[in-house]
Amino acid sequence: MSDLPVSHRITTADVVKVAKLARLDLQPAEIERMTAQLDGMLEHFADMDALDLSEVEPMTQPFPLHNVFREDVVVAGLERDEVLAMAPEAEDGRFRVPPIIGIDL
Amino acid sequence: MADALPTTAVDIADAVRAGRVTAVDVVERHLAAIASREADIHAFNLVLADEARAAAAAVDAAVAAGRDPGPLAGVPIALKDNMCTRGIATTCSSKILDGWRPPYDATVVTKLAAAGAVLVGKTNLDEFAMGSSTENSAFGVTRNPHALDRVAGGSSGGSAASVAAEFAPLALGSDTGGSIRQPAALCGVVGVKPTYGYVSRYGLVAFASSLDQIGPFSTTVDDAALVLDVIGGHDPQDSTSIPQPHPSLREALRDQDISGLRVGRITDLPEGCDPDVLERLEVAFDTLRAAGARIVDVKVPAFGYALTAYYLIAPAEASSNLARFDGVRYGLRVNAADTNAMYGATRAAGFGDEVKRRIMLGTYALSAGYYDAYYGRALKVRRLIADDFDRAYQSADVLVTPTSPTVAFPIGAKGDNPLAMYLCDVYTIPTNLAGHPGMSVPFGTGADGLPVGIQVLAGTLGEPAMFRAAAALEAASKRSMA
Repeated sequence: MSDLPVSHRITTADVVKVAKLARLDLQPAEIERMTAQLDGMLEHFADMDALDLSEVEPMTQPFPLHNVFREDVVVAGLERDEVLAMAPEAEDGRFRVPPIIGIDL
Repeated sequence: MADALPTTAVDIADAVRAGRVTAVDVVERHLAAIASREADIHAFNLVLADEARAAAAAVDAAVAAGRDPGPLAGVPIALKDNMCTRGIATTCSSKILDGWRPPYDATVVTKLAAAGAVLVGKTNLDEFAMGSSTENSAFGVTRNPHALDRVAGGSSGGSAASVAAEFAPLALGSDTGGSIRQPAALCGVVGVKPTYGYVSRYGLVAFASSLDQIGPFSTTVDDAALVLDVIGGHDPQDSTSIPQPHPSLREALRDQDISGLRVGRITDLPEGCDPDVLERLEVAFDTLRAAGARIVDVKVPAFGYALTAYYLIAPAEASSNLARFDGVRYGLRVNAADTNAMYGATRAAGFGDEVKRRIMLGTYALSAGYYDAYYGRALKVRRLIADDFDRAYQSADVLVTPTSPTVAFPIGAKGDNPLAMYLCDVYTIPTNLAGHPGMSVPFGTGADGLPVGIQVLAGTLGEPAMFRAAAALEAASKRSMA
């Protein structure tokens, strides 16, 4: 199932949906250009269809590292005020953002 | 006499530690070089002249007081602008980090300072290290010091150019798919991507976390070894850094004998390499054979699929890593009525075209319905490539290939064709997918008299053999120029 090739065509509707998932407000002209460019890339990437991958284990990282522990000791973190000073907006020791309630996701 | 000043990092550090030259004289000479050519080349996003002078004076004061400033005493170094420097702007050549000054230093920055190195500036890159020409920078293109109408390569183009232009004998870059080795080749300098985990990534702004690795640029193989001896090693702040000490590469280079070294020649190398580059590759094999190495043929049938695997895996990881640039904690914010609208507006205004393209590609490859077909299959191809390497390294100690299929190309030549640009990295990408080390060493010139780089690859922690083979190529290259 997971190794069945899929259709390697991407539509404008796909691009609009993905842009929303990626939190990128793309302009209509950008969406047109992006659709054509991504479509060209996916066409190239279809070269994988020639491979039988059914018995191959996926490889997510170069070394299979397992749980990496450290001693449970208290160490200094970043300076809070120095971090907040770099934020676009901060208030009372916290990051300040526009309203988040009642918005349409 | 400025001409009497040493030029390599090894010689500068020796002379400064022995009190034969001052770090201040060394840094002034390099700042003068920057003043005379930087306007043409644009290697830097930021030159730290005052800070460099102060750091050099501190090195001289330590020497005068009888203290050893360390193995990089007074050596100027340029840092790719995607490594964090506390209180000093770190932009990743992106508008989205406008005004950001990190509240901490990258581990490599801390280690360089402790070794007596003098940071001279932050170098230009393709935005968030996504590119192969340093044309995708919010701050303008970096030009190749050998030909100002050509690219310097990328994404660490500013670092490569700064060493080629003698703005600094050393620079650091990051390599996710070739971003150290390819610009090193195009600029005619040495560039090393170490084994994944050899150098701590703490404070390197993440692009693709399973592929990114920091490494040096230099004018000699020995200088690159010196830097790696300083910046390598485990770091508790990076859980993927290898938890064991690395043997000294400078020590490994003391043994110059490569007789019996098994050098792999890839017989099914992906096509598309220019004939002038292939000609230099043949000379490289002849050189290594003459030095006593044994040339063996190896096959890597899955390498032809590396580009596909890489351009799905790296954007997938990037789309996740770059989610943090949302206008909340640092850099740019475009205000909007609610937080969600603020995210979308900020990211649209802050990211350039190539970064948007890769975020879109990565988000698509990870999205419901496409995950298995794209990202999942790419991870399987990654395994096939690692298996190819494993088989090749049963019969070879190192592999030798071109670094880049072409010499430096004209600025603007690959314009609006992302795939053509991606093909620049066809010989460097497999190494990152496997997590292996690779380095580019300058080896003569090709078309239009421009530099050609030869790539030496080795298996996990195979740096000692890789450096010895590179040193043999370097020695032959210097003999032929003498």
